[in-house]
Amino acid sequence: MALSAELYYLIPEIILLSGACLVLVLDAVLGKEQWSFTYTLTQLLLLATAGAILFVDPGQAVTVLGGNFILDPLGVLLKVSICLVALPVFFYGHDYNLEHGLHKGEYYILGLFAILGMLVMASAGTLLTVYLGLELLSLSLYAMVAMNRDSRMASEAAMKYFVLGALASGMLLYGISMLYGATGTLQLAGLANAIAGQTDNTLILTFGLIFVIVGIAFKLGAVPFHMWVPDVYEGAPTSVTLFISSVPKIAAFAMAMRVLVDGMQPLAGDWQGMLIILSVLSMIAGNVIAIAQTNIKRMFAYSTISHVGFLLLGIIAARPAGYAAAMFYVLVYSLMSMGGFAMVILLGRKGKEADLLEDFKGLSERSPWFAFVMLILMFSMAGVPPFLGFWAKWFVIMEVIRAGFPMLAGIAVFFSVIGAYYYIRIIKLMYFDKPLEMKAIKSSRQMRTVLSLNALSLLILGLWPPLLMALCLKAIGL
Amino acid sequence: MIALQQVLVLGAILFCISVAGIFINRKNVLILLMCIELMLLSVNLNFIAFSHFLGNIHGQVFVFFILTVAAAESAIGLAILVVLFRNRGTINVTELDSMKG
Repeated sequence: MALSAELYYLIPEIILLSGACLVLVLDAVLGKEQWSFTYTLTQLLLLATAGAILFVDPGQAVTVLGGNFILDPLGVLLKVSICLVALPVFFYGHDYNLEHGLHKGEYYILGLFAILGMLVMASAGTLLTVYLGLELLSLSLYAMVAMNRDSRMASEAAMKYFVLGALASGMLLYGISMLYGATGTLQLAGLANAIAGQTDNTLILTFGLIFVIVGIAFKLGAVPFHMWVPDVYEGAPTSVTLFISSVPKIAAFAMAMRVLVDGMQPLAGDWQGMLIILSVLSMIAGNVIAIAQTNIKRMFAYSTISHVGFLLLGIIAARPAGYAAAMFYVLVYSLMSMGGFAMVILLGRKGKEADLLEDFKGLSERSPWFAFVMLILMFSMAGVPPFLGFWAKWFVIMEVIRAGFPMLAGIAVFFSVIGAYYYIRIIKLMYFDKPLEMKAIKSSRQMRTVLSLNALSLLILGLWPPLLMALCLKAIGL
Repeated sequence: MIALQQVLVLGAILFCISVAGIFINRKNVLILLMCIELMLLSVNLNFIAFSHFLGNIHGQVFVFFILTVAAAESAIGLAILVVLFRNRGTINVTELDSMKG
């Protein structure tokens, strides 16, 4: 294929990159008073990128640029959802930044570059592209966490995130170097062929695989590599936590799919065992430690860890239907987590974060509608039917049983029951406790509309789950 | 002639030193940054050794990318370090403990 024909498939990334550079320059030139302009441009750019992805969608797997870049149905769906999930995330973040005086274009610019990294990762065809996309994403996120320069907590969180994230990248690279040494190729497809064709280098392959899994687990935030998650969630400004908790998780899933499934499917027997340990530990630690939290951002962090445990169940099944279930889970999770943090943003005011559990006390008296919105979000996270979160859990657990791990399914059900406790505790605080203050909730009409739609989508899509599931199955090729 | 195994052992030793440095170090965040650099360099050594012994150029290309990313990474790390020092007046690792649970 000629270079111009190959670049055709990269149009979305090229649009996003040039747009992000343009936003960067305009933001620097126009100065502070124009910063809502930066926000508008960011949103338009995301829409344009999502449109471009759908426009160039080849409908089948296309490999370009010497195998470095793959555009297949899986990549298209994940990339479009990354862009579409980022839209409301930036909307909520904008609301928070306005209220809390973080009038900075950096949030949007770093966010755009992080999204570019995610798109590269979701389309990675070699381990090199996986690494570059991952670093573009991670470096932007480190800087984003430190965005509030005067906050002691934020700078501490950024430092912890940076050191642990760099350690994880180092581990991942070490694993990649071992895989390269054992197979002599960086291409994911070539890697799978080489692994299937050889029997003598299994030790070095398994050694490399362990390090790669450690890297992936760090990025997903699975126990025992979860240490950064609670501190970063708590320390970062809520707008940044909102971003970190939703969009990069889709990208981390994409990375796991590319590396483990595209690149190392013949080693499935080995990585299944490792992922089972990670998944069980995540479900245990996430759900149990979350009960002890009084800070809601920290509680959501542990809830994320437990959700990652569930997400891994779908990959553990090591079958296309399992991957589709995991993809369903990660998309649903990003919707729920986005809504949860948006509620924290909604209740907060200038100079006061509503990040303690007691800030939710008596919410039903202050605003019955938003108490109901939070109720939908919490029920969905806990996995109560008919909300979407229930179906996400249902599909991964069914897949794990079909793949022959009934014990694992039992553990998952048991810990989701334990996890239901701390979600329902918030509902109890909202409906049965007296409010600490009776101030009405002050927020724009747009914020109310978007948040309501976000929560209602969990209910409406939950009434007809095959709709979203059909998309996931189609992307996997079933 | 140096054998592949010897280079790999050297790479592994450097990698272990850097990981140990990250976990044992209790004094100074700067040392953490140095350990991270050392870790990436040990990986580079691995890549170059494999690339040489396999007669495959891709490993060396990967090294150039790692070097570039490592530079960007230390730039971000040092920037965060400056912010941290401005806010706290110290870069002592043991004092990074305001969040727990």
